[in-house]
Amino acid sequence: MKILVTMKRVADPDNANKVKISGDATQVTSEGLEWKPNPFDEYGVEAALRILEDGVGSGKLRGEVVVVTIGPEEVTQQIRQCLAMGADRGILVSGDDDKLDAMIVARTMAKLVEKEQPDLVIMGKQAVDGDSNQASQMLAEILGWPQATFAGHVEAPEDLSSLTVTREVDGGAAKVKVAFPAVLSVDLRIVTPTGVNNNVATGKDYQEGPRYASLRGIMKAKKKPIDKLTLDDLGVDQTLQVRTVSFTQPAARSAGVILETVQELVQKLQDEAKVL
Amino acid sequence: MGNVLIIAQIQDGEVKKATNSTVTFATEVASHIGGTYSILALGDDLSGQSEALAALGAQKVFLAQADGLDNALAERWAPIIEKVVVDGAFQMVVSPASSTGKDVLPRLAARLGAGMASEVVQVAFNDGKLNYTRPMYAGNVNGTVVIDTPIEILTIRPTEFEAFSPTGASPVEKIDVPQAPEILGKIEFLGFEKAESTRPDLAEAGVVVSGGRGLKSGENFKLIEDLADLLGGAVGATRAAVDAGYIHNDFQVGQTGKIVAPDLYFAVGLSGALQHVAGMKSSKVIVAINKDEEAPIFQVSDYGVVADLFKALPELLEEIKKVAK
Repeated sequence: MKILVTMKRVADPDNANKVKISGDATQVTSEGLEWKPNPFDEYGVEAALRILEDGVGSGKLRGEVVVVTIGPEEVTQQIRQCLAMGADRGILVSGDDDKLDAMIVARTMAKLVEKEQPDLVIMGKQAVDGDSNQASQMLAEILGWPQATFAGHVEAPEDLSSLTVTREVDGGAAKVKVAFPAVLSVDLRIVTPTGVNNNVATGKDYQEGPRYASLRGIMKAKKKPIDKLTLDDLGVDQTLQVRTVSFTQPAARSAGVILETVQELVQKLQDEAKVL
Repeated sequence: MGNVLIIAQIQDGEVKKATNSTVTFATEVASHIGGTYSILALGDDLSGQSEALAALGAQKVFLAQADGLDNALAERWAPIIEKVVVDGAFQMVVSPASSTGKDVLPRLAARLGAGMASEVVQVAFNDGKLNYTRPMYAGNVNGTVVIDTPIEILTIRPTEFEAFSPTGASPVEKIDVPQAPEILGKIEFLGFEKAESTRPDLAEAGVVVSGGRGLKSGENFKLIEDLADLLGGAVGATRAAVDAGYIHNDFQVGQTGKIVAPDLYFAVGLSGALQHVAGMKSSKVIVAINKDEEAPIFQVSDYGVVADLFKALPELLEEIKKVAK
C-alpha cells in the first residue's frame, strides 16, 4: 500500500501574532520566525505511519509513505523532518505561495497522484497560515475519489482493504467507511494515543501527538531520496482563481481592567456591561 | 447583478441561526451588485423546516429531499447543489462555515471549476468586484480576496453577520433529486454519534463558559458546567484541554475548532493561546479568571480576576445567584 501525505511549511504557528504585513499591504512576511511543518500535516504523516506500522512505534511499514510539498527549495528541511519521523521519501514541487490557490494545489496533487498511483492521500484539514480548509476536498473531486474529512479516528482491517473513519463534525461524530483509493483529511484527535487502529500494531497505545524523530531516524533521513519537480514538469494549469489583493491587521482588542474580587466582577457585569 | 444560492444549515431538525446570518450576507451582496438570493435545503424530509425556510425573504426556497441526504455526504450533496446552480444560473453559492459547509463546498467548487473563499467575515465592492475579507494566521491577519471565476463559492463566518429576522413567505419548490452517483459505492455512511448536551449550541449561545488546562481534570469541568448552567450558557474548552482529554473536541473553541461570539464569554483557567483567542475574540464582553497575572488572556479581556479558579468559581456562582434573586 502506498500513502501520499502532503506537507506545507508554515511560519511558527505559536508565534502567528508576530507575522508582519509589508508596507504596500500585498505581502505577509514572517522574518525571524522559524518555519515548521503545518501541524495538521505532521499529524497526517503520523497517521500514515500508524496505519502502516506492524507494531506500535516499530517503524516497520507495510507499504510506502511519500511526503509531498509545494514550496521553495528550503522546504527540503521540513521534508527531512518528516522523513526522520519514518516516511520513506519526499517530493518537492517548486512553487511560490503567492502564485498558488487551493485549486492549483489540488490540481498539482492530482498530477502527482497520476504519477505515483497511491491508494490513499492524507492531508491536514487546513494549513494554519491560510486557514482555508479546501484542498483535500477539491482533490477528491478532481480524482473522483471519496473523501473522509476532519478524521479524528481511523480504523483499518488487518489486510488494509478499507478505512473506517470517525469524522469530527458539528454536534458529534460521523462514521464513514471508505474504499481505496481515497482522500483523508485529518483533525487534531488523530494523534491521540488511540487515534489510529490498524488491528496489527495492537497491545500498546501510541504516545500523544506526532512522534519525535530519533537520532537514528535523523541519520537515515539524510540518505532518503527527495525528488524535485516543477509545476511545469507536471503540466499543472496554474491559472489563479482566487487572488489575495491586500492584507490588513485586524483591530486588536484592548486590555480591560483587573478586578480585585469576584464581587466586584459581578457588580461590573451587572451595572457596567449589563450582561447579567 | 448576481444571484446567490444559500445552502441552509439544518441540524437536529432545526434551521440553524447560521442560515439567517448567511441571508444577511446575501442581502449585503445584493446591496453592492443587485440580484436576489434563493435558499437550498437538503435532507431526508424537510416538511418540518419548509415554513421556517420560506420566512427568510428568499426569491425561492428549493427543497432537495431523498433518503440519505441527512447524512450530508459531500459526494452525494455536491452534484445536487451543482444541478440547482446550473439550472438556476446562480453566480454565487454560499454556506455557513459549518462542518458540512466546509466539507461539501470545496468539492462543489472543484466540480464547477469555481474559485472559493472560506470563512468570509466581511464583503465590500471595489473596482467592479466583490472583495471578501477573511481571517488568516489564526486571526492575526485579514486577507482581502477576489474570485476570478464566473461562479463564486463562499463559506461565511456566521458570528460576523447579524441573523436575518424572518419576514413574509417565499415560494417553495421541491426539486427532482438526481440519482445517487456511482461514487457512493466507495463511501458508506455508518452512523452519527451525537454529542449529548442539554445546553445551548456553542455556536449560538449568548453566554459561553470555557475552561482550559488550568481545570486539571475532566471531573473539574463540572465547575465550568455549573456556571454555564446557571447562566443558561454553553460550555467551551481550549485545544489544550481537549488534548489533555478533559473534554470532547466538539467543545473546542479556536482557530481550528468552533468560532463563537457570545454576549458574554468566560475564559477560565486558560492562558489565552493565539489559537484559542482566534475563536472567541469577537465576543462582546470577555471575562478572564486566571491565577497567572501574566497570562495573555488578560490582554484581550474586558474584566480580569487574578485568582485560583477553584476558589473563584464557587464564589462567583454564589455571587451571581445572589444578584439573580
